Amino acid sequence: MSQKPEKLIDKKGLRLDGRKPDELRKIKIEVGVLSNADGSAYIEQGKNKILAAVYGPRELHPKHLALADRMVIRCRYHMAPFSVQERKSPAPSRREVELSKVIRESLEPSIFLEYYPRTGIDVFIEVLQADGSTRCASITAASVAIADAGIPMRDLVVACSAGKVDDTIVLDLMDEEDKLGMADVPVAFMPNANAITLLQMDGTLSLEEFETAVNLSLEGCKKIYAMQKEALRAKYVLLKEDEE
Amino acid sequence: MSSLITRVKRNQIAQLIAKGKRLDGRGLTDIREIKVEQGIIERAEGSARVLLGRTEVMVGTKIETGEPFSDTPNEGVLTVNAELVPLASSTFEPGPPDENSIELARIVDRGIRESKAIDVEKLCIEPGKKVFVVFVDVYVLNHDGNFIDASALAAVAALLNTKMPNYEVKEGEVKMKSGYVPLPMKRHPITVTFAKINDKLIVDPWLEEEQVMDARFSMAIDDDGNICAIQKGGSGYFTPQMVLEAAKIAKEKTEEIRKKLKW
Repeated sequence: MSQKPEKLIDKKGLRLDGRKPDELRKIKIEVGVLSNADGSAYIEQGKNKILAAVYGPRELHPKHLALADRMVIRCRYHMAPFSVQERKSPAPSRREVELSKVIRESLEPSIFLEYYPRTGIDVFIEVLQADGSTRCASITAASVAIADAGIPMRDLVVACSAGKVDDTIVLDLMDEEDKLGMADVPVAFMPNANAITLLQMDGTLSLEEFETAVNLSLEGCKKIYAMQKEALRAKYVLLKEDEE
Repeated sequence: MSSLITRVKRNQIAQLIAKGKRLDGRGLTDIREIKVEQGIIERAEGSARVLLGRTEVMVGTKIETGEPFSDTPNEGVLTVNAELVPLASSTFEPGPPDENSIELARIVDRGIRESKAIDVEKLCIEPGKKVFVVFVDVYVLNHDGNFIDASALAAVAALLNTKMPNYEVKEGEVKMKSGYVPLPMKRHPITVTFAKINDKLIVDPWLEEEQVMDARFSMAIDDDGNICAIQKGGSGYFTPQMVLEAAKIAKEKTEEIRKKLKW
């Protein structure tokens, strides 16, 4: 284990990785990285490395889960045993069950579920390496994968965390800030619909700090949203040019 | 929920809410009557039953000794589990915990843990080797909506009622003494849940409102009025403005409950 740093923010106001409080980590999004899936995406955010794949719309199994008037979304968030410092058992933990649920609920409002009655889609998320705020990066990637699968959507869902570290409100928590910080607020957002689709928090924040943190994470979301669109454009513009 | 009946009911509830009214006669931000009973299960180290309207939750605590986590060698361990018992509702089924009961356990856990309600350092017997482990078992006995707030309240009430074994350290040996001491508690988090129906927020949704809501949102507030845990649930969304408005209401509501319970 690495040594616990004493301060998460130095005298110059910079964070462990040299970022300013309101700065995002380096983000890379790739679309269509898996050939078997109907849609897929890969994201790197700091040291996070996460794959998301979408299968469907397709017939649901078991069939009794199907709904007469809309599509069903299933979601599995899973961490690879080698994704964290100490090996994680591959069996789904309670944390993973909860995250699968809240991630699914964060994606549902973005999809025109009623267009595909009696069907289902499966969203599979594999965290290959974890570096804090994995649920946010997972949502960002999963939404791009859903778009890549050609499923009609109201908007992309983009997620970003904010938190409190050494009494400062900061954007996009990395692993150490998540573990040793004072609060963590992950937010998922649909910018065009002005809709928050995931909101969690742990730690301690006053009402004013909470408001600052939510607004900061929404700013972060808007920046990542541009990257999501750019990544989709990169794949599909290339495809179009190939055809021409 | 998308059957015709729920759609009709949804319209009815939404129309009432637009006029500032609710099916059960409450105002939009009114909480149902709360009743708290403590110490009802003698075999448990601590226990409580909370009635929130007709929603009923029982919590029992047990204390055992065990090993601390390696990253917190000086701290006792808190373990929260929740059961949506089949006798509580026609929609609860027997079997291993599903995502709803796991989510409930983790919401209750987060409220207690993040508010630092228990003085966990006082639960350390021998650093790195032996600490007290506090088990909090949440039992939802009757589901009439918003079992989150009822469970969170019952968990804190049970912890306040918990006795732990008395011990002393003599020449490096841990010896249990007779008698009990109360579990060291520092904070009393209270959770308030909102439901969004169309574009309106209501506090403490009961069953019929929960069945038709777009989404819910729970917020735990500590003794100083700070937010210590949040969870959004359901397939709908909230606008940023609604979230900030809810935070203010949550603070007022928890102060109201705190006064009533003298926490």
